[in-house]
Amino acid sequence: MTAALATPDFDALYRAESRRVLATLIRLLGDFEQAEEALHDAFRAAMEQWPADGVPENPRAWLVSTGRFKAIDKLRRGERFEALDDDAAGRIAAPDAPETEDIEDDRLRLIFTCCHPALNADAQVALTLREVCGLTTEEIARAFLTAVPTIAQRIVRAKAKIRDAKIPYQVPSPEELPERLDSVLRVIYLVFNEGYSASSGDTLTRADLSGEAIRVARLLAQLLPQPEAQGLLALMLLHESRRSARASASGDLITLEEQDRALWDRALIAEGTALIERALASAGAGAGAYALQAAISAVHAEAVTPATTDWAQIVGLYDVLLQREPSPVIELNRAVAVAMRDGPQAGLVLVDALLAQGELRDYRLAHAARADLCRRLGRVADAKAAYERALALTGLAPERRFIERRLAELAA
Amino acid sequence: MKYLCLVYLDEKRLPELPDEDCVAFDEGIRKSGHCIASEALQSVTSATTVRMRNGRLSVTDGPFAETKEQLAGFYMIDARDLNEAIQIASKIPPARVGSIEVRPVRPIRETVAQERAARTATVQSA
Repeated sequence: MTAALATPDFDALYRAESRRVLATLIRLLGDFEQAEEALHDAFRAAMEQWPADGVPENPRAWLVSTGRFKAIDKLRRGERFEALDDDAAGRIAAPDAPETEDIEDDRLRLIFTCCHPALNADAQVALTLREVCGLTTEEIARAFLTAVPTIAQRIVRAKAKIRDAKIPYQVPSPEELPERLDSVLRVIYLVFNEGYSASSGDTLTRADLSGEAIRVARLLAQLLPQPEAQGLLALMLLHESRRSARASASGDLITLEEQDRALWDRALIAEGTALIERALASAGAGAGAYALQAAISAVHAEAVTPATTDWAQIVGLYDVLLQREPSPVIELNRAVAVAMRDGPQAGLVLVDALLAQGELRDYRLAHAARADLCRRLGRVADAKAAYERALALTGLAPERRFIERRLAELAA
Repeated sequence: MKYLCLVYLDEKRLPELPDEDCVAFDEGIRKSGHCIASEALQSVTSATTVRMRNGRLSVTDGPFAETKEQLAGFYMIDARDLNEAIQIASKIPPARVGSIEVRPVRPIRETVAQERAARTATVQSA
């Protein structure tokens, strides 16, 4: 029944199983704080027992039932009696249910609860990263350039609201699902981006976070095959397909234009493209923002070389996207596409107009785009000034190195 | 004539008012026949605002904040959880033009009853 008595890799086990075990313990115990305590008690017990007794055949089920047992134990000793209502006591005391088949559902329950619209929008993101993805409060604070106590307080308040207002731990009913889906998709995409292009720090990508977001999106798209859920999944798969091409071995940023397209993951592109075709076919004129962005990404993916990119189609898709979701960042992306279609001068006029509006004044990518267009136009001094402005605005080491390299090229 | 007496306070000052005193007053006013219904509410941080606009449900964290809106009525409802409460609140007609603030009731009587029982048990065992 037990594996060889090698010392288990508890770090790897914690990374692989802790979120699933937590999601199920929250359902069984009906309380986030108690579930977290039970999770840690269960891992502590595993670290004590497994090196001597061997790793159980089903570690996940062992951790769930051990965590639950530890909670019952605390209940019996009266430590947490005041915090448990009759419902919770009944759930805890119930005989072992078939755990494993509910576990994926539990992860969905956890996602929908963490992304509940009755929670503050910032708290939804913090809580999802903390509970669903297992980031520490410090990591979340770093990712969002926020003070640790601010994030900690957001999480504490969100948990208090879940408990006090009785936000149920469940996947919404089919009638509620479309409305509730919007906030879930928003949070998933934020998590993906945190893993794909962290806003600061030394590493350009954190594959595990993006992988987690994709895994959650797959589950969602399977449960709810709606165009926007499929669109978001396709968008993330298409971004992900370029992961190994977008940074050099030394961690330097490589632009889409300069990427070695042979490194693009064809399987992910095929999956993403098939998904987006299906999503666009069923959405028709009602295609949402994620599906449209995925469609743009798919146009890039199908171009064998940068020169064969269908920029006219990309500009057209940005036009539709802007109607759906007006935003200066999308206008900036459209301006870059226009530059590729009509030449750098046409793009620069649009970028300068956007910068003059003020909203993108401190947005590093706007200055980087301006710098690149000036560089292509041979306006060296303007390019240099814009790169320096972009450099001052970015905290991400690979982006800094990229800009510094461009500056060195201009100086040469 | 019926009157609704609304209770406002700075939540930071709540500890100056023992639950015991509030429940004792509540018991008295109910006995007097004047009180039809009374409840304590959970903290304002547990509030959710529900609106219906163009047939679409909008749910946001926190209490309503439109200074142009005045209190116009109330419903005390019994719901399984916040999701059911939101669904019910969204059907209240003024949700289409105003806001419905959904606040959970704080079980102050139950809490005080438990505290009293615990004190009695301590006295008996002493």
